[in-house]
Amino acid sequence: MKSKWWVPYSFLIIPLLLYSIWVIIPIFQTMFLSFTNWDGVSPLINFVGLKNFRELLKDSYSILSFWNNIKWLLGFAIMAVPLGLAVAMFLDQGFAGSKIYKTFMFLPMTLSFVVIGQIWSWIFEPRDGILNTFLSFLGIQGIGWLSDPKIVTYSLIMAALWRQIPYAMVIFLAGLKQVPKNLVDASYVDGANSWQRFIYVILPMLRPATVIAITVNVIDSLRAFDIIYVMTRGGPFYSSSVMANYMYVQAFHNYRMGYGSSIAVIQFLITLSFIIIYMRHVMKKEVSL
Amino acid sequence: MKKVVFYSFATLLIFIWLIPFIAVFFTSFKTMDTLMSTHNWLFPSKIWHFKNFTIAWEDGNMRQYFLNTFIITIPSVLGALFISSLSAFALSKYEFRLSKPILLVFIGGMLIPFQMLLIPVYRFSIKIGIYNSFIGLILFHIAFQTGFCTFFLRNFMKTIPQSIFDAATVDGAGHFTIYRKIVLPLILPALAALGILEFTWIWNDYLWSLILIQSDKYKPVTLGLTAMQGEWITQWNIIAAGSILAAIVPLIVFLLFQKYFIEGLTAGSIKG
Repeated sequence: MKSKWWVPYSFLIIPLLLYSIWVIIPIFQTMFLSFTNWDGVSPLINFVGLKNFRELLKDSYSILSFWNNIKWLLGFAIMAVPLGLAVAMFLDQGFAGSKIYKTFMFLPMTLSFVVIGQIWSWIFEPRDGILNTFLSFLGIQGIGWLSDPKIVTYSLIMAALWRQIPYAMVIFLAGLKQVPKNLVDASYVDGANSWQRFIYVILPMLRPATVIAITVNVIDSLRAFDIIYVMTRGGPFYSSSVMANYMYVQAFHNYRMGYGSSIAVIQFLITLSFIIIYMRHVMKKEVSL
Repeated sequence: MKKVVFYSFATLLIFIWLIPFIAVFFTSFKTMDTLMSTHNWLFPSKIWHFKNFTIAWEDGNMRQYFLNTFIITIPSVLGALFISSLSAFALSKYEFRLSKPILLVFIGGMLIPFQMLLIPVYRFSIKIGIYNSFIGLILFHIAFQTGFCTFFLRNFMKTIPQSIFDAATVDGAGHFTIYRKIVLPLILPALAALGILEFTWIWNDYLWSLILIQSDKYKPVTLGLTAMQGEWITQWNIIAAGSILAAIVPLIVFLLFQKYFIEGLTAGSIKG
């Protein structure tokens, strides 16, 4: 639409102002703080150069948190995405009642991570929890789901997947709607079996949905905080800590705002590459419209 | 026969998927004694016991948290929808040089890790005196959700045919009139879908309440539930009742408006 140059800006001024105050400017402030040793209280902010980042490389808890984030990332990418796809394929067959099954699958998505954390804390409860009760019924020794440092991160990922799988599934269900019917029909005529049809016809058509599902899941995995904080607070002894949670502890419990900011910046830089993939994808769709 | 096998398989899968729901539901109606003596998570007890809900609601202060969540969520959703409808209109219907960069800033912002914002937002809220208040949390939600909402509504507005606007311009309608009288009515379905989605997200927010709220009298259900957990640490029946209270509203909203919820999610293909 044609207009004087200032017309679009008059619509944008309030949204941009709010977004700048609460989102854009804070990003730069956090970057700035990551080069300081600010404690959150004192009026003086000392510039310390790269000291925080050097400390991050030596701090065994920050390294542990980083590797736990990688576990979350892989857990979401290789569990939530394929399982979401599998369930979507299964429920997309349009059998009678498939709608009700879909609704049931979606349900965990509506819950907050706090509620999911409560429910799963109890499922994981060592003595009376559902999982260990079930294991003892099978005659297997119970597992310290949330107390064993080697297992706790996987337990948390499992609980988070309960909410993440349906998200991936929603994206794939939408993607499956875009697959041209005649292409699928043609594969029947050509005598392809259902596996061939999936690999050679459906999966290539699902490429855009797959890119979105993977990037969204990776970004979510790097954001993981609520469920960890509610279920274990990153413990025992930081064994289930991730960057988001370690940043919170350093900044808001230990009042190391500068150090906390440097953790956030690392988290941001890792996420940024996936944000760029996502945006390029979204913008490509734009061009073809 | 094949059908029977198929449906049994599907039902078994869904049953396993829903075990956490079933368990928490039945547990919320049991006494601790029944729980500890039977270990029957997946079956209801003979006597349905409603006291856990009264305890969570009254003694657990869920009544207050519940009300607070409404006070926070409703203005946040309406505010985010209104603010972003303005930016989406500007970014979808006008051609100007900064249009695309501004859009990218909105999209990029919605995806960044929250840790990038925690300290400055916390500090800013204290500085201008809105820390530990409803308004501080509401303003943050409105501002942050504007990113996703703008992206979402802009995509929707792009589908409105240009000819409608041209006709209106010829008729001498001003820019704001076009926005109010033509665009807003046309995007109502999109606003509904987006509203449902935003309602669920803001209702379920935990981190930002943790950062911006301190007093019990302003806490939403998510924060309240963790406070309850501290008090009734091993009383799973009461925690279960509290969890159900914290989850019931988004759950009902979802069941009533599932179509909108899913449409909203796929239109943006991202969550905030």
